[in-house]
Amino acid sequence: MFKIFEPNKIFQITSRAPRYVLLLFIIVISIGLSEALIFSPEDYKQSHAVRIMYVHVPSAWISLGIFSSITALSICGYIFRNKNFFLISKSLAPSGFILNIIALVTGAIWGKPTWGTWWVWDARITSMLILALFYAMYLITWRIYEDQNKVFKVTTFITVLGIINVPIIKFSVDWWNTLHQPASINILSKNAIHSSMLLPLIIMTAAFALFSLLIFLMKYNTELIKIKNKGLDRL
Amino acid sequence: MINELLFMNGYGAYVISAFAFTLLSFVTLYLIIKDQFVKEQEKFIIKFGSLDYQKAKTAKLQKINKEILSNATIK
Repeated sequence: MFKIFEPNKIFQITSRAPRYVLLLFIIVISIGLSEALIFSPEDYKQSHAVRIMYVHVPSAWISLGIFSSITALSICGYIFRNKNFFLISKSLAPSGFILNIIALVTGAIWGKPTWGTWWVWDARITSMLILALFYAMYLITWRIYEDQNKVFKVTTFITVLGIINVPIIKFSVDWWNTLHQPASINILSKNAIHSSMLLPLIIMTAAFALFSLLIFLMKYNTELIKIKNKGLDRL
Repeated sequence: MINELLFMNGYGAYVISAFAFTLLSFVTLYLIIKDQFVKEQEKFIIKFGSLDYQKAKTAKLQKINKEILSNATIK
């Protein structure tokens, strides 16, 4: 069932894709930056500080998405005993972690002019910090354990534990009284954001997704070559 | 125009620093991952080069090994 995803078969694609993804990323981020910094309007309440949203929100969205994907892949890898799923998860983690850090730092920068403080221990911000800790634990586990089976077990355990935090992050603004504003974009109901701000947000999200894809491909190729290096030793 | 873009009604420092931090993080991560990739690729080329004729022939039968070699940039 998973034979089409075998590294030997997909390396031909993954080894050539980064250069095209990088080119596409540069084009999309250039459009996104000019939309976000120049063409999009300022907010009537937050003035130009609202522009921080165009880096803060996409990074938060994608880091959450990546962690959910890592969890799903780790569980599938564990159930189906497929090492490639773990390899994909491992390759996704660095960009997810960096985007999580970006969401926290840009959130702090945005907090100062709008709330008057860099940091508050409120539900949304604290749960995002906890997610960063789970990412850190996940990445450290890959570094400290030599035994592959142990790494698979521990990383799956970390992701299963960490995924409990994802709905908490999503609904924290509804469940508790927080300084953080509720979601402005909702798939099921009308958006609370004007289309002139929604467009740059979508473009920046696409750019960040492309960056994550680029990092994933480069990391995945590195991991495959690492395996092949070990294979040459065994010849 | 440029002054207005940078000053942003007094929010310029916040906005520019948020965007600068993001771009700096992107560039740093890209360079780290690229460096890891190049190092691993170089290791592969050195190991492949040290194989004797028969082993190299066996290794070349694998499509993925051929692909790694064909994509490698030799410094």
